[in-house]
Amino acid sequence: MTDRNMAKAARLKQRYAAEARFKLYGKLAIATALSAVFFLLYTIFTAGYSAFWRTQIQSEVTLNANFLKVTPQSSNEELARANYLGLFRKNVVENNPDIKSRSERRDLIQMFSESAETDLRDLVLSDPSLLGTTQKLWFLASSPVDTIVKGAAPRDIEEERRVVSNLQLRLLDQWTAEDRVGSTFNINFFTRGDSRNPELAGLAGAIAGSFWALLVCFVISFPMGIAAAIYLEEFAPKNRITEVIEVNINNLAAVPSIIFGLLGMAVILNFFGVPRSTPLAGGIVLSLMTLPTIIIACRAALKAVPPSIRQGALAMGASPIQVVLHHVLPLALPGTLTGTIIGLAQALGETAPLLMIGMFAFVVDIPTSPLESAAALPVQVYLWAESSERGFVELTAAAIMVILVFLVLMNLIAVIFRKKFERRW
Amino acid sequence: MSQKKNNGSPVTKINSSDVRVFYDQTEALHGVDLEIYENSVTALIGPSGCGKSTFLRCINRMNDVIEGCRITGKITLDNEDIYDKGLDVVQLREKVGMVFQKPNPFPKSIYDNIAYGPQIHGLAQNRQEMDEIVENSLKKAGLFEEVKDRLNSPGTGLSGGQQQRLCIARAIAVNPEVILMDEPCSALDPIATAKIEELIHELLQNYTIVIVTHSMQQAARVSQRTAFFHMGDLVEVGDTDDIFVRPEDKRTQDYITGRFG
Repeated sequence: MTDRNMAKAARLKQRYAAEARFKLYGKLAIATALSAVFFLLYTIFTAGYSAFWRTQIQSEVTLNANFLKVTPQSSNEELARANYLGLFRKNVVENNPDIKSRSERRDLIQMFSESAETDLRDLVLSDPSLLGTTQKLWFLASSPVDTIVKGAAPRDIEEERRVVSNLQLRLLDQWTAEDRVGSTFNINFFTRGDSRNPELAGLAGAIAGSFWALLVCFVISFPMGIAAAIYLEEFAPKNRITEVIEVNINNLAAVPSIIFGLLGMAVILNFFGVPRSTPLAGGIVLSLMTLPTIIIACRAALKAVPPSIRQGALAMGASPIQVVLHHVLPLALPGTLTGTIIGLAQALGETAPLLMIGMFAFVVDIPTSPLESAAALPVQVYLWAESSERGFVELTAAAIMVILVFLVLMNLIAVIFRKKFERRW
Repeated sequence: MSQKKNNGSPVTKINSSDVRVFYDQTEALHGVDLEIYENSVTALIGPSGCGKSTFLRCINRMNDVIEGCRITGKITLDNEDIYDKGLDVVQLREKVGMVFQKPNPFPKSIYDNIAYGPQIHGLAQNRQEMDEIVENSLKKAGLFEEVKDRLNSPGTGLSGGQQQRLCIARAIAVNPEVILMDEPCSALDPIATAKIEELIHELLQNYTIVIVTHSMQQAARVSQRTAFFHMGDLVEVGDTDDIFVRPEDKRTQDYITGRFG
């Protein structure tokens, strides 16, 4: 008897050990997944956080009205047309009298961003009475200077390999000692479109482009998806044709996105003549990809509505369409919306199809309609990642951070929605 | 308690002749001939799976929505064939209301539950008329006093018995002529059941009621005529008193005395 008890005790111990091991495997799996996520976030964050501020240099500028050939009473047009670039250069050169040769002066001026010209113009236009005065103004540093200050580009190497020349480095150190080098929040990142100069490049164009594309995508795929789901769930007869349709819709969700890009190029651009590089074309392609997600989510939500509701409505003398529109669909809407938001979040990150239909235009202006050329967020990341200029490295990572924030937000909204409208029958 | 009709010969409201129902290849109802009289309660009794609910659902054509269900034979309402090709099912269901076994109020407010039927059938011209319809229906269902202060609260928040009365009020709101009840009290406690039976007794003045019930006591209490179904056949039909005291068929006798159930 004791033998049997001992065997039983041994088996029990084995079972407990197996359960403990199983739990451990689960925890290890989660730990691995979480550490991958943290590693990803850490890498991106450390690469990108510096993009949110910019180096600026303080410089004294005399707003010489004679040089500009204007007066405080001049019209806005005349004030706008004045030669601020020349004024800026003149001031910078005069502030550094020991810089004499042309190449050295070029180096000097190139330490400042090209935006100095527009900054001066905006200043004078906002207050023409400043003409004739001398101001200490902060100007954006050019990208090479910016990267040296941030440490993104190495200092202690030969001049040929450094992003700034020896002279520029000397001036930078000198100005830093004079407290004339500071930093400011990089508002350009959020307000301006793309630019050749990293210090001026921003995401506003890409954000707008993605917004328009997603809007077009939603407008097309949402009603179509719901209508298709309602038909398949409530009205389609259970025959072969319906089965074939269902299989094809489910497969559509698995098609590689670049194929949608090819479809977009061949059919939407070439056959239908939708203008290339526009959010309209991008939205149409994205809607093809989001459609199966919405259909599947809507069908699941429709299935979850208990048949007693349908029976009750039918018995009241409602026609089948009335049953669906008045009773079933409103109850299925929260689940459908959750699926839609998740589908749109996926569409936000799609790059391949947008590349193929041309939404990588180098666009400086922010598009104000779906019919203007635009870039999309993930495409912008791709473009910046391709660039050889060092200043775009941090921008790429920062853009990825922005995409991640949007994705997290959208998924969070979907989760809150689902929790809020969860019904218990 | 049963009553005998004593004001002349009864008027036939619904007449079914040789009604057969097929689910795909299986015949579930084998030729039912049954007359339902106006302004009375007819009870359909029988063991589980005998076809009484199937027959009930034929009367308002709810079997149409079941895949693979075929009906042959003829059912007339006021001498009109309800399976006629030209008949509008929506209008039929306006005349023939249904109350289900498990109360199924819409997930809307009490007011909207009642107002839905009149709304889609266009029975009210304005808000005031609709208010009247809702109030009258709730009063007829004996629910008004209990819910008059919370007409905008959800219908699903009521107790089981109240929900069922709400469903009855909802069915009444479209002014039907016939009310079909499929085991309306089987999900309710005895007190709620008593209230509903009382309600049925009041309703039969103005409506024709057909009730499927598992409880023979209930059939004896509320109905004037009873039809006994067994394995898809209509075995016997007659005045409730006669069926329970002097059943003609042996199967009826066996069922009533509890030999099978």
